[in-house]
Amino acid sequence: MITIDEARETIRMISEANLDVRTITMGINLLDCADGSCEAFCRKIYDKIVRKAERLVQVGEGIAMEYGVPVVNKRISVTPISLAAAGCGCDCENYVNVAKTLDRAAQTTGVNFIGGFSALVHKGITSEDRKLLDSIPLALAETERVCSSVNVASTRSGINVNAVNAIGRLLKDTAMMTRDRNSIGCAKFVVFCNAVEDNPFMAGAFHGTGEGDAAINVGVSGPGVIERALENVRGADFETLCETIKRTAFKITRVGQLVAQEAARRLHVPFGVIDLSLAPTPAIGDSIAEILQEMGLEQPGAPGTTAAIAILNDSVKKGGVMASSYVGGLSGAFIPVSEDHGMIEAVRAGALTLEKLEAMTCVCSVGLDMIAIPGDTPVETLSGIILDEMAIGMINNKTTAVRIIPVIGKNVGDVVEFGGLLGLAPVMAVNRFRCTDFVQRGGRIPAPIHSFRN
Amino acid sequence: MKGIVTVLGKDSVGIIAKICTYMSERNVNVLDIAQTIVDGYFNMMMVVDLNGAAEPLTSMVVGLDALGRDIGVVVRLQHEDIFNAMHRI
Repeated sequence: MITIDEARETIRMISEANLDVRTITMGINLLDCADGSCEAFCRKIYDKIVRKAERLVQVGEGIAMEYGVPVVNKRISVTPISLAAAGCGCDCENYVNVAKTLDRAAQTTGVNFIGGFSALVHKGITSEDRKLLDSIPLALAETERVCSSVNVASTRSGINVNAVNAIGRLLKDTAMMTRDRNSIGCAKFVVFCNAVEDNPFMAGAFHGTGEGDAAINVGVSGPGVIERALENVRGADFETLCETIKRTAFKITRVGQLVAQEAARRLHVPFGVIDLSLAPTPAIGDSIAEILQEMGLEQPGAPGTTAAIAILNDSVKKGGVMASSYVGGLSGAFIPVSEDHGMIEAVRAGALTLEKLEAMTCVCSVGLDMIAIPGDTPVETLSGIILDEMAIGMINNKTTAVRIIPVIGKNVGDVVEFGGLLGLAPVMAVNRFRCTDFVQRGGRIPAPIHSFRN
Repeated sequence: MKGIVTVLGKDSVGIIAKICTYMSERNVNVLDIAQTIVDGYFNMMMVVDLNGAAEPLTSMVVGLDALGRDIGVVVRLQHEDIFNAMHRI
């Protein structure tokens, strides 16, 4: 029987430390929707998404109420559109209409984001991939809930520098097309190395080709709960620190596992994975930066920050893995700058720079995330930033990503408001020295030596 | 199916009585009650049997929340599995 103290602990995690299930994301396969007519293809994907996810929001809300734990987001991921559309063989000029169809399906089902306007081009670019890449700026400008991602590198195949350069231009175009809204289009786009097929978090969620017809993937969260737990062991040594994080991560993940299994059962869709990520929100008490401070850093970015993130990331995984039957997705600590009030503060205080964030991405779960930079940053510099991050992922056999927003008309020191969960971002300085001749070499960077494991 | 009712707030006369009345009106059996007072705050946990309840769990969640507001305490009803998941392996 549960004791009154245990009940109180759970309730305090939820009501005082912002414990929540960050997202229930339904992955939906669209490979069976191909049709020679673009119109019919759009109709088929709309019908399939709405049919599969019809009850997703309702079920999510029901579970939240019955178990008394908030389920913040209900979302959908679909097969990368460049693959789903490849089977159509149609001769339409672009896929903007497909994005608009996804947007409509998201509105109908009531989810706040739909991911999968994506392409996998880590080795080569097909004509459908090219069409999708060309469609991204307009698609992001003209839709509200569609998220887009492109995988341009992997440990197995190296880095497609031609694709990286295309993404640099694409980012600039997307920023321009949404310049009246602080270039927000770029906040819905992410470029990956080693993208995962079952990630429930946006903007990078898509339903991989190795997946079944549909799956329920759940992202847990709770940086506030970890921070609260660490308050009780202030000054204790690293063994105690790590053990505390592990124990807390275990408890958080068990809630995610329960919600995932229940959602899968009620929706008659197989349970995919739990993503063990600590995802911050702009709310006070829901911040990765606060954890770093509680660990003993004056500000994120101070010497020791990379070690602190490494400890946090590793301990969360160790605690979480045992709590769930299937762990996947990105799993780790997210460090999106605009979505974490403590990170924003650290940038403002001059403690946190782009270069330190890059170092942190070597040991955190993903990469450079929700970082606003000056709108006049050269395209080649954007490509250079992406290339560095892809190299980290490729060599370290991990997922890395870049979600940066070159905000047109803004400069270092300005603050950009994106609204809602996307938060607000101080525009950060970018190294002004050029990498043009380097990135313009083009072609592919070969796979690293340790990829040859066979 | 069991539910856990938790009550947190300033102690006053009749808190348990009102919640138990709410439960019995909906054919919900109270299986166990534990309570403590911490710093003058009333802390109560009640394990209830929801099989045979006359109302769905979600509507009782709303009803108990409203009842709690009336008597100046926070009342929550949750499916017991969230506590089991977190505290029992």
